[in-house]
Amino acid sequence: MHSLTDVEVQALTLRAEDIRESIIKMLVEAGSGHTAGPLGMADIFTALYFRILNHTPRHPEWVQRDRVILSNGHIVPVLYATMAHAGYFSVTELKTLRRFGSRLQGHPHRESLPGLETSSGPLGCGLSQAIGMALMDRLENHKPDRYFYCLMGDGEINEGQVWESFLLLNKYKLTKVIPIIDRNTIQIDGFTEDVLPLESLKDKLEAFNFHVIEIDGHNFRDIVRAVGTAKSSLDKPTVIIAHTIPGKGVPQFEGDFRWHGKSPNADEAKIALKELRSMRGKIKNESND
Amino acid sequence: MLRDTLFTINQEERATREGFGEGLVSAGENSKVVALCADLTDSVKMDAFKEKYHDRFFEVGITEQAMSGLASGMARMGYIPFMASYAMFSPGRNWEQIRTTIAYNNVPVKIVGAHSGVSVGPDGATHQALEDIALMRLLPNMEVFVPCDAVEAKAITEYIATTDKPSYIRLAREKSPLMLPENYSWNNGKAYIMQTSKHKHGGEFAYNVGVIGCGPILFESLKAMKELEKEGIGVTVINMPQVKPLDTAFLLRFAKDIKGIVTVEEHQTTGGLGSAIADFYAENHPMRVVRVGIEDRFGQSGKPSELYEEYGLTAKHIAEKIRSVVG
Repeated sequence: MHSLTDVEVQALTLRAEDIRESIIKMLVEAGSGHTAGPLGMADIFTALYFRILNHTPRHPEWVQRDRVILSNGHIVPVLYATMAHAGYFSVTELKTLRRFGSRLQGHPHRESLPGLETSSGPLGCGLSQAIGMALMDRLENHKPDRYFYCLMGDGEINEGQVWESFLLLNKYKLTKVIPIIDRNTIQIDGFTEDVLPLESLKDKLEAFNFHVIEIDGHNFRDIVRAVGTAKSSLDKPTVIIAHTIPGKGVPQFEGDFRWHGKSPNADEAKIALKELRSMRGKIKNESND
Repeated sequence: MLRDTLFTINQEERATREGFGEGLVSAGENSKVVALCADLTDSVKMDAFKEKYHDRFFEVGITEQAMSGLASGMARMGYIPFMASYAMFSPGRNWEQIRTTIAYNNVPVKIVGAHSGVSVGPDGATHQALEDIALMRLLPNMEVFVPCDAVEAKAITEYIATTDKPSYIRLAREKSPLMLPENYSWNNGKAYIMQTSKHKHGGEFAYNVGVIGCGPILFESLKAMKELEKEGIGVTVINMPQVKPLDTAFLLRFAKDIKGIVTVEEHQTTGGLGSAIADFYAENHPMRVVRVGIEDRFGQSGKPSELYEEYGLTAKHIAEKIRSVVG
């Protein structure tokens, strides 16, 4: 269950590449939006939706589903792209991102698109919602068996509400809540350690009495193993710190905080798509574009 | 419409927060009703619910922002969460969390704002919410309720536990006269006439003014009405317990027979019930609307009676405003 075969890793890798391509295409079409975070989180979303989650894309409100609560709503292109590839809706709809009348709002709106657990954008709100859900799950004696994954950015940990939520997560010891922090070290104004230092984040979280697992957020085996470990921890909640490269997959974007909040133009997108294709061994024919 | 004991030696007094506490216990018969409190359980009268339904009560500490998120997540799981604090802190401090995760998400979280108005008294301005109706009235999907006494507070609490909308209920700290009879039943947020002046010779008044209010301050309006009867000014006192959506059908119907309107609330005159009514009449039936409330000031420490006097909220002040409409 917690270990992947080489074939499975290869399949997830290809899937993540498709999702990254979709992200670039939808962002260039939209003409605005965030680039670095979605590309950096593509592997984790792929692992969730194609390996980890108990879910039914055709019945998004299925009561037994695991919940994905996206706290840093600005990386929603990766959620939309992953959901589309997983079968929640058509991949062609991705091109409506941020358009008037689209179900794919610039930041997620729950009522617009089935499969979204919540609306987000203003930062720091997700973990408290995951805690509320898990408290009700506990009230129902954890039947059916469900998990509550909260996807968070590192910059948003600046918000006081996140620390309130850490206090509450410790109080209630909700082991079904699995926060995954995207530790990509950038936020809009620069590197997290320059804007408002978070380190040592691991020590801080351990002081809250959580298990803390640090992983390479681009290594599928790491991701799946960490979630497995989190699920088997019954004494206290587990927080996963996923080290990721913002803009991952496109060398020109990687690690550059200026790509946090902007989208590529047509020329930049062309280069980006080429980089993504070359990464998967030039499987795709350039003339298909 | 009024309680027999009102204005008699047997007049009873209870705080609206007490009515809420009773209503929450009876709403709790539905196992989907849960409650959260930010370290003020006794004060906001959630203690009885906590005792009776211990597993459905969540003490979250002083985390108004996270409390909003918890409640939103609970509602998303099919529950009806009541989250309570002083109005100054919730919805005062956590307005954006309420906007995004409750109102925009459109989930049935019930926000309970206690200790509203200057009648909080000695605690002073930091604890006297005078802007909360405005904050909540502005949010799409949000419904806003202001009970006039403990009887209505109980009825509203039971009612909002059955709706699938986000709701805000505004409560007061101080005891206030019970104005409504024990058998009062909530009529879907409809405005209603509490009392109309009686002409001593059975004739007609030269002028009729509508006083539309919400909250315990309606008691002052009833007193003002009695005072003006002697002067030949007819007054109809109307309770508008649901500030949003407004009962506009009532407002239109009522507008036909009156000289003007005086609105009354323990809130800033800007943004509250008075603003809502003035907005409505300006667009739909232009006439004079004069607002009684706090006029762009903060509160301060003092006895509730001293503060009512200082901020122009007593029957005497309301009567002056009514005279200004007919004069």
